[in-house]
Amino acid sequence: MDGSAPLTLENAIREEVDDVVVRFAGDSGDGIQITGGQFTLTTALAGNDLSTFPDFPAEIRAPQGTTFGVSAFQIHFGSREIRTAGDAPDVLVALNPAALQVNVSDLNKGGLIIVDEGAFTDRNLKKAGYTTNPLEDNALDGFRLIAVDITKNTLEAVKEFGLSQKEAVRCKNMYSLGLVYWLYGRDREPTISWLNAKFGKRLEIANSNIAAVNAGHALGETIEASGETTSYTIAPAEIKAGLYRTITGIEAISYGLVAGANKAHLKMTFAGYPITPASAILHTLSKLKQFDIITFQAEDEIAAVCAALGGSYAGTIGVTASSGPGIALKTEAIGLAISVELPLVIINVQRAGPSTGMPTKTEQSDLNQAVFGRNADSPLVVISASTPSDNFEVAIESIRLATKYMTPVMLLTDGYLANASEPWKIPNVDEIAEFPVKFLNNSDNFSPTTRDPKTLARNWPIPGTPNLEHRIGGIEKSYDTGNISYDSSNHQKMTDVRKNKIDGIANDIPLQEITRGDKKGDIAVVGWGSTFGPITRAVQKVRSNGHNVSHIHIRHIWPLPRNLETVLNEFKVIIVVEMNTGQLITLLRSQFLIDAKGLNKVSGQPFKVSEIEADILKAVKGLIS
Amino acid sequence: MNIATPPEKLSVKDYASDQEVRWCPGCGDYAIVRAMQKTMADIQAPPEKTVFISGIGCAARFPYYMATFGFHTIHGRAASVATGTKLANPDLDIWVISGDGDSLSIGGNHLMHVLRRNVNLQYILFNNEIYGLTKGQYSPTSKVGTKSPSTPLGSLDKPVSATLYALGCGARFVARGIDAQAKHLPEVFKRAHEHKGASFVEVFQNCIVYNDGVYDHFTAKNVAADKQIQVQHGLPLIFGSDANKGLRLKPGKIELDVVTINEDGVTEADILVHDETNKVLATLLAQMEAPNFPVAIGVLFCDPAETYETAVNDQLESQKRQNQNPSVNELIRSGATWTVD
Repeated sequence: MDGSAPLTLENAIREEVDDVVVRFAGDSGDGIQITGGQFTLTTALAGNDLSTFPDFPAEIRAPQGTTFGVSAFQIHFGSREIRTAGDAPDVLVALNPAALQVNVSDLNKGGLIIVDEGAFTDRNLKKAGYTTNPLEDNALDGFRLIAVDITKNTLEAVKEFGLSQKEAVRCKNMYSLGLVYWLYGRDREPTISWLNAKFGKRLEIANSNIAAVNAGHALGETIEASGETTSYTIAPAEIKAGLYRTITGIEAISYGLVAGANKAHLKMTFAGYPITPASAILHTLSKLKQFDIITFQAEDEIAAVCAALGGSYAGTIGVTASSGPGIALKTEAIGLAISVELPLVIINVQRAGPSTGMPTKTEQSDLNQAVFGRNADSPLVVISASTPSDNFEVAIESIRLATKYMTPVMLLTDGYLANASEPWKIPNVDEIAEFPVKFLNNSDNFSPTTRDPKTLARNWPIPGTPNLEHRIGGIEKSYDTGNISYDSSNHQKMTDVRKNKIDGIANDIPLQEITRGDKKGDIAVVGWGSTFGPITRAVQKVRSNGHNVSHIHIRHIWPLPRNLETVLNEFKVIIVVEMNTGQLITLLRSQFLIDAKGLNKVSGQPFKVSEIEADILKAVKGLIS
Repeated sequence: MNIATPPEKLSVKDYASDQEVRWCPGCGDYAIVRAMQKTMADIQAPPEKTVFISGIGCAARFPYYMATFGFHTIHGRAASVATGTKLANPDLDIWVISGDGDSLSIGGNHLMHVLRRNVNLQYILFNNEIYGLTKGQYSPTSKVGTKSPSTPLGSLDKPVSATLYALGCGARFVARGIDAQAKHLPEVFKRAHEHKGASFVEVFQNCIVYNDGVYDHFTAKNVAADKQIQVQHGLPLIFGSDANKGLRLKPGKIELDVVTINEDGVTEADILVHDETNKVLATLLAQMEAPNFPVAIGVLFCDPAETYETAVNDQLESQKRQNQNPSVNELIRSGATWTVD
């Protein structure tokens, strides 16, 4: 119960390291994600840069102790800039045999394994597919092992608070957290405050969890005193001054939508249908109605996009979010939005496919669907997010472009970006430019298809405005009057104007910049979306070894930045890194007739820095030979 | 386009758009659009606040012919678009125009949900028991045995009853009308409009090209009086050319019986009085089919309840009262933050 036990041996034998990857793993009911969240917060408060990756099973409560019920949370933190959740864990906390079984092969050589010895019963071992106990044979040779009966120690630590056996066992995640806090010399206070706030109404639960954190920490000190295991210290990273918080991609998108609607001076109509991993946007926005947000859980994906479009028709900004299979269902309505030229924001939190695929695993294989996935010539705007916090800016930009150009905008993010979190330097939204929408209210020479000659956007006359009564629909309409038209030259003209409008947006988006490295050189590593982190780190590493390699990250997928071709032509070799079988590369080849090589991965897991590094080095070798 | 300065009172003609109507000559839809324009004039609907939203099919062309706002959407989805529009602006007066294929086949799901949610709008289903615009395939309301291009040997699947479906979905207003009843149909539309909540109206509509005369057995002039019953709240369920037939419950059963007044000891006192707030009675009336029963026309069921968009906006307003002048800057600074110097 003493939250301020002195860290007597601090710095005495602590080894200083630059960066560390820790993975917590256990049964899906073990509270692994909460443990990870707490470790993240404490690490951020300690001044390290960090990146996290939660990896949970599709099953809500898979049978206990099974390998498919293993939930994990990985955090990479350090005293330098951290761009990815880390290639391989240095530390694995495994709360049961299944968690060890699933994760041990990912661990770095010589890595540290902390296991709950008490969970390694014959029954659990069998469920995890072990024929012998790995703690007793030589299965973990080459790793360092701390085997503690966490379950028993936790029960002992919380005994005095009178919890039921089930509730008491649940505290073991906090025990393991306390132990890892010791390992990295972390302050327990933020977690203690959090526990007090969260379980304020059930003091015995708060106190038990706090006791478990402290007991785990105390165990570490005992081990330390025995000199068996080294503990570590990680200096604060050089981080720009300012106010920070951790933010997940889901939060960033949701807050970005709120900010974007605010900048457009519009109400929002958000309509969604439950789908992993996009539902959390609906959950988040449902709690923010005070910002004039109507949230609507529709009967299906089609109804969701249609209701969002109906909201745009009425003069709010319609937004819908889903994942690949849901986007497929929305396709026809997106085509309608293109045809009637109403603003609409469609968020695709991509996941591994095809079909249902692997809903909780990440992928970026919906680029083709976003750019080309509709009947007929039906262009729209496609933007992608690169990091969890980048979703905030991209969401604002989506609303800006949708309302300015009267067009649907598809925002591509992915399961990794949605669930991962990172520290975010909180912007002052007052400094973000406003883009207030003006509805048409002048009926002189009114036609619903009158366009702004510069943007080619049609005007936005909303129902309720006297003298602007008109009809719109998915049938081809006259360029001049908006009335139904089957005229052949008119269809050509309308198809052209729809295309030119979207193409013209290239003049309203930033020029492509070199993300890292020189403007001209041997190799450009090109990526989009969540591959940003591993690519930029890999490029940084090879550059530090003297190789002439640059990183080009493309945010605007359609239209592409207008100088992109010129930028790419400055490099001898172009490598396009994607978590698909080659979608951006096809787009780049078809648009610019450039030769490019693909590095592709579709395992449901993000790229490792080392994988990209190896590929770059292979290309370097090819250039030399 | 509407004229710049509206006259004090809008006439039927003022609700007709300048678009050339493109239904087949003799189509029942002409009568329905006229009935609607008359309804508009009768209620003096403000054109700028009136929105017609349709899906796909012959009926879905309807909005183009009304001098109001109109949105011709995609197949089956008008109810969903309309839901979003109504949520975003509850002041708008929305009419969804749809057909039997649009509403009960491809859009059956959305019809169910717009009704159960009780979104305050009027849903008009033009039922002609056929797919007209795609050249005559049988529809979900076609009778078994309907011969069509896709069922040359006769259709096999049993039809759905639009009104029973609506009642089953929890609609709080269910009515029926007939395209050619120029006087009665606007009255049904007006009742639908008066009702706060989702008002469902099935209009029996004749497709002169692909399903001509499909309703003749109860709409033809010579049989109408005996084969239809115009139901009215509070009045006895009497019909027939001699106004001497009526409906009563079969003794000891929850089942309707057609009886003749002054025969077999039946008196007018035995005849059921229509109670449009009674869902069981509405269901019994909706189930009646030829040849043993007359087809019930008029408002079968009307039992208002809170509308969805009211509840949604009440929730929103209450959140706004509890969190006045919300700031995005505050929002993104909520939770644990720290300062790096």
